[in-house]
Amino acid sequence: MSAVTKEQVQERVVEALASFGPDAADIAPESTFEELDIDSLDLVELAQIVEDEYGVVLKGEDMKELKTVGEAVDLITERAN
Amino acid sequence: MSELGSAPAWPPAGCALVTGGSRGIGAAIARALAQDGWPVAVNYNGSAQAAAEVVSAVEAAGGRAVAIQGDVADPQAPELVFAQAEERLGVPVLALVNNAGITRDNLAPSLTDEEWDAVIATNLTGAFRFTRRALKGMMRARVGRIVNIASVSALRANPGQANYAAAKAGLVQFTRTVAVEVARRGVTVNAVAPGFIATDMTSELIGPDLLAVIPARRAGSSEEVAACVRFLVSRQASYVTGAVLTVDGGLGA
Repeated sequence: MSAVTKEQVQERVVEALASFGPDAADIAPESTFEELDIDSLDLVELAQIVEDEYGVVLKGEDMKELKTVGEAVDLITERAN
Repeated sequence: MSELGSAPAWPPAGCALVTGGSRGIGAAIARALAQDGWPVAVNYNGSAQAAAEVVSAVEAAGGRAVAIQGDVADPQAPELVFAQAEERLGVPVLALVNNAGITRDNLAPSLTDEEWDAVIATNLTGAFRFTRRALKGMMRARVGRIVNIASVSALRANPGQANYAAAKAGLVQFTRTVAVEVARRGVTVNAVAPGFIATDMTSELIGPDLLAVIPARRAGSSEEVAACVRFLVSRQASYVTGAVLTVDGGLGA
């Protein structure tokens, strides 16, 4: 798999999160999942999307550590490369 | 978005997968879902001939079905069976009926580890693994139907079936818990708990003594169970989730 950029991951994560409810415009790297009303089931689905698209496996314990959109994007980008 | 208000196409662009679909209740379920327009993947373990007959019956009635071998107790089975179903039918699995089940009856003092493990592996763990695999696609599609075939033994003690009862009772609470977890994704998860149904699996059990305790005074048919599954898989059942529907001639009442 070729390297993915942080911008690509950011774009895909925002698109996925927006499909769970919040407006894409409200989703910033510093936004917390709590503020966005993104719950544990949403994060499980996000992990599936990430696995399907980048081959990155995020386990339950990885997801629990994540508090903000930016942290998720950084972790996914790091693991994908 | 209201399911009824927006009247989406139904069945959705997906197929139905029935585990243990070659015989008995599973075969009746496969035929019933095909009648409702679902392309059906008929999973079987040993009975290739019986599975082929279910496929032929569905095709003769103008429906679509494929037979797929796989032992639900095998941890690799969900991936293999789903991949085949989705490739051969060309659409994702959006209805799953966890029907495959076995019995290894014995009174608890004599119940062997093998009898215990085999029943838990097929009837409970298999249903869990197939459900987990199915939810991936259903959650993304924002629609899905899962029906777990439990048993009246999950609700009412039946001596000689401690392993089967434990597996089926586990399946009932698994059903309720998963239903709550995924309800907001448009995926419903329900159980049907048949009583004594005349099938190959129960042919030795059903005699006059047993019939006397069934309020309806008869065994049920596979078609009577399939009718309930058909409802739970239908669009009309969109607000039914976490339910356990007994189909037992009043035995558990």
